[in-house]
Amino acid sequence: MIVDSIQNGIVIDHIRAGKSMEIYQALNLDQLSCQVAIIRNASSKKRIKKDVIKIDAPIDLNIDVIGYVDPDITINYIRDGKIIEKKHLALPERVTNVIFCSNPRCITSCEQELPHVFKLTDRKSRTYRCIYCETRSKAQEND
Amino acid sequence: MRHLIDILDLSTEEIDDLINTANDIIANPEKYKDICKGKLLATLFFEPSTRTRLSFEAAMYGLGGNCLGFAETNSSSTAKGESVGDTAKTVGCYADIIAMRHPKEGAPLVASQKAGIPVINAGDGGHNHPTQTLADLLTIKREKGSFDNLTVGLCGDLKFGRTVHSLIIALSRYKNVKFVLISPKELTLPEYMKNNILNKQSVPYEETTSLDSVMPSLDILYMTRVQRERFFNEADYIRLKDSYVLTLQKLAGAKDDLCIMHPLPRVNEIAVSVDADKRACYFKQVSNGKYMRMALILKLLEVK
Repeated sequence: MIVDSIQNGIVIDHIRAGKSMEIYQALNLDQLSCQVAIIRNASSKKRIKKDVIKIDAPIDLNIDVIGYVDPDITINYIRDGKIIEKKHLALPERVTNVIFCSNPRCITSCEQELPHVFKLTDRKSRTYRCIYCETRSKAQEND
Repeated sequence: MRHLIDILDLSTEEIDDLINTANDIIANPEKYKDICKGKLLATLFFEPSTRTRLSFEAAMYGLGGNCLGFAETNSSSTAKGESVGDTAKTVGCYADIIAMRHPKEGAPLVASQKAGIPVINAGDGGHNHPTQTLADLLTIKREKGSFDNLTVGLCGDLKFGRTVHSLIIALSRYKNVKFVLISPKELTLPEYMKNNILNKQSVPYEETTSLDSVMPSLDILYMTRVQRERFFNEADYIRLKDSYVLTLQKLAGAKDDLCIMHPLPRVNEIAVSVDADKRACYFKQVSNGKYMRMALILKLLEVK
């Protein structure tokens, strides 16, 4: 299968196979008017299989969201058909409005305008905790 | 600007400094009686608490300052739907320091981000209550002289008891402290406390359901209330409730210099007859709480 290379835009590469739709939704890519290609189960040297997302426009990406979903992702910024920057991600120290606190006793449960902020408390186990009530992130528990 | 939201906001050196100041206030109250003249403490209590609120107010009056505030949500703008942040920002225009209790976890942290003046967490739901821990630490220091080499028994509800969790976190930073965790199996210390605090810092501990069997080894016995609503069935509650009631009879095998503590209020977990025993320290804790809050107010207001 052949997907055209892009001239100006972003390639989100080395996504763990099966995670591309999660990234697509977390970044609200459905709201873009440019071409977006999702390639699933592509062959990979780093991983046996990988997903790739190609975005045919130079947009601002929320790197924290991507790093939280999969810190092994690489982001390639393309201009005039060439890679001008390659970014290797890591787990972000803090994420805002990426994870939402589910603790009904947390102040965020009754004050709608408060940002939901989680901080990384254990890199090894990828544990994030709500800065207000210290509830552990559910997404990581299920991971 | 400093706030106190979590006991870990303070280093052990800062806690030592607060203890030294509190001891100096106890020894020389005259020296401090006007030190905060012209300063205002706002006590924002979104849920009822007689003890903690009065302790904060007594502390501020003892320093020559004044207090304003509310003791329930109905008498504040929260009843009209105002956010914690807006309330804190408004109060920050009137007062010099805030002590806040709120049923929602994290509310004092939100207040500290908006108030523009120091904020003290006076209890946020079942989450943190750092000034109770400060009162506990001053009591232990005054009774035992040091935090090192102590065997600390924690008895009762170790699962939901926030004062127990904070005290374990604070004492784990000192040398050769050993914990004896005494509780029914339904109310044992949560795994995250064992893994993230005790195991991580190689702090020795043992778990038991029997208070009697460990009593002779204890330097400190910290009692908490076993609440009926924490049990899944009434039969278990009835079976277990009396195991964790401290009586003079149970104290027979205890050390002469045991320090018996309780965050209060008690219901029936310490028999009234124990109050007269020289080892009962729980009312001293109440008094120490005021002096530690005085020391804390001075620190956060940067009054020397």
